[in-house]
Amino acid sequence: MAASLRLKAAVVSILLLVFGLGLWEGLTPTVKSAEEMTEYELLMGGADQEARVPPPSDVIGRAWEELSDPFYDNGPNDKGIGIQLAYSLYRVLAGYFLAALIAIPIGFLIGMSPLMYRALDPFIQILRPISPLAWMPLALFIIKDSQASAIFVIFICSIWPMLINTAFGVAGVRRDWVNVARTHELGPLRTAFTVILPAAAPTIVTGMRISIGIAWLVIVAAEMLVGGTGIGYYVWNEWNNLDLTSVIFSILTIGVVGMLLDAAFGRIQRAVQYQE
Amino acid sequence: MEPRPFLEIDGLAKRFPAPAGGAPLTVFEKVSFDIAKGEFVCIIGHSGCGKSTILNILAGLDEASEGAVIMDGTEVSGPSLDRGVVFQNYSLLPWLSALKNVTFGVRARHPDWSKEQVLEHSYKYLEMVGLTQGAEMRKPSQLSGGMRQRVSIARAFAIQPKLLLLDEPFGALDALTRGTIQDELIRVWSGSDQTVFMITHDVDEAILLADRILLMTNGPYARVAESVVVDIPRPRNRAEIVHQPGYYEIRNHLVDFLAVRSREMAGSDKGNPSGMNRPVTVRPALDGGEEDPVEGPGTDNVFSIAR
Ligand SMILES: Nc1ncnc2c1ncn2[C@@H]1O[C@H](COP(=O)(O)OP(=O)(O)OP(=O)(O)O)[C@@H](O)[C@H]1O
Ligand SMILES: [Mg+2]
Repeated sequence: MAASLRLKAAVVSILLLVFGLGLWEGLTPTVKSAEEMTEYELLMGGADQEARVPPPSDVIGRAWEELSDPFYDNGPNDKGIGIQLAYSLYRVLAGYFLAALIAIPIGFLIGMSPLMYRALDPFIQILRPISPLAWMPLALFIIKDSQASAIFVIFICSIWPMLINTAFGVAGVRRDWVNVARTHELGPLRTAFTVILPAAAPTIVTGMRISIGIAWLVIVAAEMLVGGTGIGYYVWNEWNNLDLTSVIFSILTIGVVGMLLDAAFGRIQRAVQYQE
Repeated sequence: MEPRPFLEIDGLAKRFPAPAGGAPLTVFEKVSFDIAKGEFVCIIGHSGCGKSTILNILAGLDEASEGAVIMDGTEVSGPSLDRGVVFQNYSLLPWLSALKNVTFGVRARHPDWSKEQVLEHSYKYLEMVGLTQGAEMRKPSQLSGGMRQRVSIARAFAIQPKLLLLDEPFGALDALTRGTIQDELIRVWSGSDQTVFMITHDVDEAILLADRILLMTNGPYARVAESVVVDIPRPRNRAEIVHQPGYYEIRNHLVDFLAVRSREMAGSDKGNPSGMNRPVTVRPALDGGEEDPVEGPGTDNVFSIAR
């Protein structure tokens, strides 16, 4: 029953895809050959033709091209999609893990101590709604390095969901389980690692999953600002080249990588999940 | 001078601060009793009179508003491995298998043991409660209520505490398992010098297991009003105990207390002629239910603990 439902859903998905792509392909005006062009168009070097939205067949062709050689490097403005993605992933993961390194211990502290919770709450409430990109000028000024600034922006945007979820998860650990640790005379550190961490893990990992999603959203915008390398820069660069085929291809790539990151965390989430 | 009792509970009270506008709630007060080393004591009282609260204070998990608990001459000021607890709601760690829940306790008790030693010791107690053949590898959520309670019992017994605190340990068990585990409890207890303090709602269970049964009046302002000595020789047998002389005297006394006197005596000092806070010692099996205010519990060797 469940399997047949899944099969039906897959069939509908494929039908929708084929229909969507067909519609897109059909609505895209075909490229005129040089003989058909007016004199004016010839004078313009066919630039009008370039500015149209490319049909899916073009995008698939470009994807094939790019993916068959993802790591070529022909100087600063012409690098393979694999290299650009690697730059973006590096920044995302660096900023993200720095954030985790700080957010999870502080979240523990806040979750365990009502005093620290109240003391830090106003700062969190004010800092959290700030758009991560608003930090960019300040980061560029203080850090004076565009790469590090991008990492900092990722750091600042991924810290909040992890911090808040960790604090929430830790504060919500059932009193009974803490009492089990207490009756077994576990020290604070052993209690934290053998009782509170596994008890709060599902909530913490949920926060981590939200964070990685936000980080991947923000990196594209951050790289458009700082430039140089990365998938965000790539999109912007192709737009400046008026190469819309590549723009669409890179948009799809961003989606696929984001999905894979989310799936990885979904897997971790299932691993730490427990049933009461 | 007589030696100090193993466990002294002195003038315990638990009060909760007043909710906005209301009066403060005194769950119980003037709770004083002693427990001798190796004694098996059950406590019975109506729901909500504060039995679990007393047990948690003995465990060091909760703090009394007044009074003190002294074990082995030192005041109880926090939880300790010397006092093992079986909680009313099992309190197993849901992300660990049954086996891991037990090794969790064993490892805390014996940090210096090897992995094999810890496993062997844990299995011994899991076998004792009849949880083997794969069941020990399952998570608590995949076990029945009774099986969970057995894991919880195995965990508490495996750390071999001086004082075992059991909060309705057999409440969720079917009659058959209950009997088996009661027998095991008695076997483990009599082979050790462990002291047991157990909450139960079951009068027959209390008579079968206990040396002495403490009776609590209804709350609020609940007290431990009587200490009923179970003068039935051990070993006791479930099938034969009802034919023992004195069994029905004890049973009637308990039932009568629960049905009538727990309410009558609630919130007052009535029925406490000595005027002290100590419960009155009653030996229904010997004197047909007459009160015996001369001998107080724990002052003495009244309890011939037959094993
Ligand atoms: N935080 C609290 N605030 C106010 N009253 C409380 C609080 N915690 C417990 N109580 C009260 O304390 C009383 C004793 O509770 P306790 O759990 O010790 O009862 P019990 O005798 O174990 O009952 P049962 O047999 O149902 O387990 C209850 O009447 C309860 O309402
Ligand atoms: Mg209770």
